[in-house]
Amino acid sequence: MSSNDKHTHDGSPSSPLSRLSSLSPVTLTIDGRPIEVLPGTTVLAAAQQLGIHIPVLCHHPKLSVTGACRVCIVEINGQPVTSCTALAENGMEVTTASPYIEGLRKDILDLILSDHPYDCMVCERAGDCELQELAYKYQIRTPVFHGERRIYPKRDGNPFIERDMEKCILCGRCVKVCDEVQGVGAIDYAYKGFGTKICPPFERDLDCEFCGQCVSVCPTGALVSKPSLCKGRTRDVRTVETVCPYCGCGCNITYDVVKNEVIRAGSRPETINEGWLCVKGRFGFSFINSPDRLKAPLIRKNGKLTAASWEETFAYLGERLRSIRDMHGPDAIGGFASARCTNEENYLFQKMMRAAIGTNNIDHCARY
Amino acid sequence: MANDTIEIKVCLGTSGNAAGGEEVLRMFRHYIFEKGIEARIGKRCSPSKVGCRGFCSKDVLVDVIANDSRTTYQSVTPIMVERIVEEHVLGGAPIAEWTVKDEYASFNAKQRKVVLGPCGEIDPDNIDDYLAMRGYRAAKKAMTTMTPDGVVDEVIRSGLRGRGGSGFRTGEKWKACRSVPSDTKYVVCNIGEVNRPLAEGNPQAIIEGLLIGGYAVGASKGYLYIRERYHLSVERLRNALVQARERGFIGRDLFGSGFDFDIEFSFGTEAFICGEETALMESIEGRRAMPRVRPPFPAYRGLWGKPTVINNAETFSNIPLIIGMGSAWFAAIGTEHSKGTKIFTLSGKVRNNGLVEIPMGMPFRDIVYGIGGGIEGDKALKAIQVGGPSGGIIPTSMLDLGLDYENLARVGSIVGSGGMVVFDEDDCIVSVAKFYIEFLQRESCGKCVPCRIGTKRMLELLTKITGGTGTEEDLKTLERLSGVMASTSLCGLGRTAPNPFLTSFNHFKDEYLAHIREKKCPAGVCTALITFSVIADKCKACGLCRRACPANAITGAPKVVHAIDAAKCVKCGACYRACKFKAIKKQ
Repeated sequence: MSSNDKHTHDGSPSSPLSRLSSLSPVTLTIDGRPIEVLPGTTVLAAAQQLGIHIPVLCHHPKLSVTGACRVCIVEINGQPVTSCTALAENGMEVTTASPYIEGLRKDILDLILSDHPYDCMVCERAGDCELQELAYKYQIRTPVFHGERRIYPKRDGNPFIERDMEKCILCGRCVKVCDEVQGVGAIDYAYKGFGTKICPPFERDLDCEFCGQCVSVCPTGALVSKPSLCKGRTRDVRTVETVCPYCGCGCNITYDVVKNEVIRAGSRPETINEGWLCVKGRFGFSFINSPDRLKAPLIRKNGKLTAASWEETFAYLGERLRSIRDMHGPDAIGGFASARCTNEENYLFQKMMRAAIGTNNIDHCARY
Repeated sequence: MANDTIEIKVCLGTSGNAAGGEEVLRMFRHYIFEKGIEARIGKRCSPSKVGCRGFCSKDVLVDVIANDSRTTYQSVTPIMVERIVEEHVLGGAPIAEWTVKDEYASFNAKQRKVVLGPCGEIDPDNIDDYLAMRGYRAAKKAMTTMTPDGVVDEVIRSGLRGRGGSGFRTGEKWKACRSVPSDTKYVVCNIGEVNRPLAEGNPQAIIEGLLIGGYAVGASKGYLYIRERYHLSVERLRNALVQARERGFIGRDLFGSGFDFDIEFSFGTEAFICGEETALMESIEGRRAMPRVRPPFPAYRGLWGKPTVINNAETFSNIPLIIGMGSAWFAAIGTEHSKGTKIFTLSGKVRNNGLVEIPMGMPFRDIVYGIGGGIEGDKALKAIQVGGPSGGIIPTSMLDLGLDYENLARVGSIVGSGGMVVFDEDDCIVSVAKFYIEFLQRESCGKCVPCRIGTKRMLELLTKITGGTGTEEDLKTLERLSGVMASTSLCGLGRTAPNPFLTSFNHFKDEYLAHIREKKCPAGVCTALITFSVIADKCKACGLCRRACPANAITGAPKVVHAIDAAKCVKCGACYRACKFKAIKKQ
């Protein structure tokens, strides 16, 4: 999808042309209920404004239109049309759930499930899987259109993302988030026909920046976080809202916690960072429960690091810094601040270096 | 034809090339030069290459035009050249045993070669040949005497419909594109497999059509979209572009009209889906060819988001004719709603295989028995598959149906890109449907569910039926699946993919049921459903079958009637073909 050729699904018309014409709204009828929307709004978005639920799999509100899964079909003026791609027009008559449409929808789901492993009992995403929900809603136990399934070996040497391509329904969300949001383009479609597959170039192991955005948008268990494997499903966790400690961006993070251990990091779409995270925020939480983590300050005594109290540590620090300054001058001391501190802490740190110690030798890990 | 010239035209399309045409042409030049022919007969003697004239099964075809009479030689090889030069060119006596037979006349008689006309006449690498037959007059006429709207109206009046697939009205498409205000627009010519003879035989017509299209819609950039693998087409088009540019037909201020136009190649990948216009645009933009959502249609928002007209080479080749000779001339050919001619690749079990151009509305009977010369070996015609892989299968009962857009749509088929395959009584209709579904499955881009998985499931069910394990329930599943695919697929490929099954099931239900109920393949094609046995009365115990059998499944000795061990038989049919006494029964 070219960058100037997108309309997003969240109801906001994005082309300059449609924004100009947004002066006159269009009126359509969905399931007998009239609604007025801005031109450029999709039928799906209009239905959502009315609180009418239309199932989707490939659609993602923050990504461009795909139209691949066909699950969101509705009847527009008697024709089956995907509601995520159809733009609202004056006088449109939309039926979202006639027996005909529900039948087609069920058959499409049936086709998807006929090429999907039946291992919900051991799947990481069980209970949090969009496909499972639809299978439940439409009560598809054994697909009518059964047949061959794609069998792929699970092999990907990267430390962060588990890729189980047998569970992939080729919705294309991961490809789009990687390209449109992250600007990386590490994965794309390969091959044709039934063997179509999403993979890194030449089917090599994933070698990207591992932001994990693809994991966050995957509707099934095809992409999951490796550090979280077997540690708890979504319904078994306690969630803790926090702010990412890694840099000044201050992304909002939701940690999934099981038995006082952080097992997964995610973010909600309504946050300041729109639900997106980078590799550090998404995967860099193992320090929290690490046995190597420092829990008290350490002072080297007789060549050996030994735990000390904060009082003892500060007294020791003050004494040593003063003596070094007196003996070698203030420029013998340098300070290195961390991006994991707040702005205020960083300000105070440089103040201490400049005013108390008297040196400009101050640097910061976020300074490239 | 001037009497002071002897013209020798060697067919050098892809097929002519493959048959050794280059060497034949070289030999003609060699002998004519070496023997000083021109001086001896006092006439110009110019051997030249021409494009495909359709009768590819008898390539290399060579026309010798002397004294206003044209003689066509078939299956010419380099060693035949010397005698043709000696006896015909020099001696003035055509060599009767080497000339084309009656079939060539009947092959051509019912055709109406409008677009293909120049392909066997002019040298595709020489723009002067094209100019000599009023080339670029239409472009000049359009740009100097007509407004762009006038051109669009003329194309609308002609009733021309897209020759690439769905048959959308070309003029309406142009009109839509013209109506969209935009500083940049594009015209794209898709040169598919079936268009290769046009690119190889008369590339300038494609360029002129594209030029007029650009002028009509207000585009200053045209693309020739073609697979790089079609080397000869690319080479001739490239030559044609260079020559057209030299003569000032492409560039700035064309014909003093102030209109600028440039043409560029865009090379496609090896994928059937690249013929779908939105996938084609993705491909030009450098991405994987997967269809975009429509609407917006390309005429409103196409290549790089700009209004774009996409037509195939056959459509564009018609444009100079329409503008040059007028829409009324064009509209006089064909039927009420399908105007002009259509090029088909006639193949399969007909006697005369080749490339044919027929006026719209011609009955299938005339195509198969007239142009095609009937069925090979005088077998019974079974069905005709029209419109490429996702076209439909037409049964014998519809032989008198006129071939046009409406009629084909009515019987569940499409005109498509112009494939036409003839099947006889020895072809199994289930296998035929399976063959096409297999192709479509392989070529599905994989984007949408109904096409990607649907074609796979269809293929599996058809394989089940041809394998003898199909059930009547499977037929119901196939029908249901076809409905889902036709109504919910993203693009035309998936929507028309069930056609081979639906049309064949519609007309040959009994054959499907024979596979399922009686576990028999009436045509004797599906190996799982046939058995070979020896007819004892006819067996002469010659041992030919025994020696031909690769599985040692045949027992017998001299003067002992042979027998086939069904358990060992691999059903390859070698015995059936080897037997000279028709003593092997296949059922």
